Amino acid sequence: MTAVDAGGITTILAAFASVGFHAPWQRFDVDAEAWTAIAKSLGNGAADLLGLWGDVGTVHMALRAPPADPCVVSVAVTPTLPSPAGPLPFPPPLAGEGGVGASGGGTGRGSFPSVGRFHPPAIRLERTICDLYGHVPADAPDDRAWLDHGQWGLHAPLGAGTLAPRRDPTDYEFLAVHGHGLHQIPVGPVHAGIIEPGHFRFTANGETVARLEERLGYVHKGVDALMTDAGLAKAARIVARISGDSTVALSFAFSRAVEAALGIEAPRRAVVLRGVMAELERIANHLGDIGAVCNDAAFALIHAHCGIFRERVLAASDAAFGHRLMMDRIVPGGVAQDITADGGAAILAALDDIAPRFEEIAALYDDTPSLQDRTCATGYVAGDLVQRWAAGGHVGRASGRNFDARRDLAYPPYQGLSFAVPLYATGDVDARVRVRIDEVRASMRMIRDWLAHLPGGPVLTPLPQASGPREGIAITEAFRGDVLVWLRLGAGGQVVRCHVRDASWFQWPLLEAAIENNIVADFPLCNKSFNCSYSGHDL
Amino acid sequence: MRTLLLKSLFAAPATIGAPDADDAALMELGRALAVRGRRLFGRSLTIREIDAGSCNGCELEIHALNNSVYDIERFGLKFAASPRHADVLLVTGPVTHNMKIALERTYAATPDPKWVVAVGDCGCGCGVFEGSYAVIGAVDKVLPVDLHIRGCPPRPIDLLRGLIALVDQATAKA
Repeated sequence: MTAVDAGGITTILAAFASVGFHAPWQRFDVDAEAWTAIAKSLGNGAADLLGLWGDVGTVHMALRAPPADPCVVSVAVTPTLPSPAGPLPFPPPLAGEGGVGASGGGTGRGSFPSVGRFHPPAIRLERTICDLYGHVPADAPDDRAWLDHGQWGLHAPLGAGTLAPRRDPTDYEFLAVHGHGLHQIPVGPVHAGIIEPGHFRFTANGETVARLEERLGYVHKGVDALMTDAGLAKAARIVARISGDSTVALSFAFSRAVEAALGIEAPRRAVVLRGVMAELERIANHLGDIGAVCNDAAFALIHAHCGIFRERVLAASDAAFGHRLMMDRIVPGGVAQDITADGGAAILAALDDIAPRFEEIAALYDDTPSLQDRTCATGYVAGDLVQRWAAGGHVGRASGRNFDARRDLAYPPYQGLSFAVPLYATGDVDARVRVRIDEVRASMRMIRDWLAHLPGGPVLTPLPQASGPREGIAITEAFRGDVLVWLRLGAGGQVVRCHVRDASWFQWPLLEAAIENNIVADFPLCNKSFNCSYSGHDL
Repeated sequence: MRTLLLKSLFAAPATIGAPDADDAALMELGRALAVRGRRLFGRSLTIREIDAGSCNGCELEIHALNNSVYDIERFGLKFAASPRHADVLLVTGPVTHNMKIALERTYAATPDPKWVVAVGDCGCGCGVFEGSYAVIGAVDKVLPVDLHIRGCPPRPIDLLRGLIALVDQATAKA
């Protein structure tokens, strides 16, 4: 069925020519009719939605329908109601608004056919496009603001950018829950632990959660605007700080997108070093998560040991690459600096030290029924949900979605590499812990192999001057799932537009499903087993 | 599990030696204290961490303070879940417009006397997010800050040295 439907999207796109220079995959400018047809195909499960983002006068959508390569389709925004006299469909006109912005007239409000209408994973992305660009998703099922809490003093900062008075941020309509004996528990944005801010609105019946609704956007920093017409070096530093725990994977994707746009490849040695860094980051984060999940189940022993292991990995990363989180180490063209002379030995020593002890901890997890009593069957996510949302990483693989960008998109240094992608069907907290345990083992093996056969040569290729607008796209596998970077470079080599889509976009909504019918007290456990990024999502 | 526990009994401690208080932090705190006067805390401070817009890099390193290697509690410092239990607010940034009200309310909920420590290059300045419509900037644009700990992110050892300076100064007898 998939092949037939994939052919459907291919057939739709065959009527359109691919756009200028867009690498390594094609981009198509389509009309509203084709856009809607593709949205329907997405809703029927014919393809995975990889991203949906705004641009000046355009909306782009990245999708993947195997066996075809991923592609990007773009639709022009149709101007609606040029005169402010008539009632505007959405959002309601704000008092005080009215042509104050410099470019108010030229980039006024427009609309595009809603994708979320047919494919719910697109809904929050569309709300974001509306908040940032003012492009309204026509006939969208949810017209509430998402990242815009009414605090910026601006309406559609990347679009019209007209002045807007500040609104009361608590003026937000949560979805209604009807029933007898229900009560609400508001949590956040400031949480009890050392974690990022976000608001969770629980509706519970006694101890049982009837509905969780998330409200995010608190750490929105205007990343898309900062990376519009930014120098390459500045944009690279911003991308590295979109989500600190995935800094390597994000810089990796950004660098690959720039290299694709410029038509160059990083030197072989740099490519392998990128792999070493990406896997070190994965190990460090998984160790932290395994420990934290067990800690939330009141099993502090595993947490204590995993904390020490994680510290060993970070110290080795620091010794080898000069930064504990390896921030700004991967740059367009290669890596910023070579591995230190004794860096390889430091990494191997750390792996030798923690590998046998990690196995003891993994065995302890297996042998402790009181711990598994908390993790097994808790926070269940159905397989069809992770398929529809194309959820990556441990969230997808714990519910049977057999996808790993390292294997399925086979970017260097993973192409030709044989490694097992762990897959579980139980979809619970336990399965998400087990995916991580398996991945720590696999990543250790990869790093050992690479360091044993580290190629020589330079680690940085000089970047050629771009001859005109060129677009690039790349996907890498961060520890929590696939991240996508799309960008357009100008003739001067500057970043004209760049968009980053973190894995969390397609995982946060599933957390709402995971907690349903669980007790409130198990929410920390479920949340930790997902460990979505707030900053990566809020941008 | 028994073998693991037994091994831990005989293993050398994972915890590192205590670092010295950071000199620059001592100087900055000395100035703050001269203005406000010293207060008696009894060698223990409780910290409430607030992410006011960070990329979560600072949070990872602040988290590390609780692990067995840095073991922050041996210095009389511990993290609390509620600002009402806190003496110190450890704030990472840059402060976003969307977090401003929550940050101010958390500060208001913290009983006096209290200290504010700005953490990271974004919390101390604005970092790479300078100039964004969505960001107010450094923590000291919203709250009075007593101590700055820079770094992107600051290493746990740097956080520890700054916080030890704070506990030394804040709890010294007048």
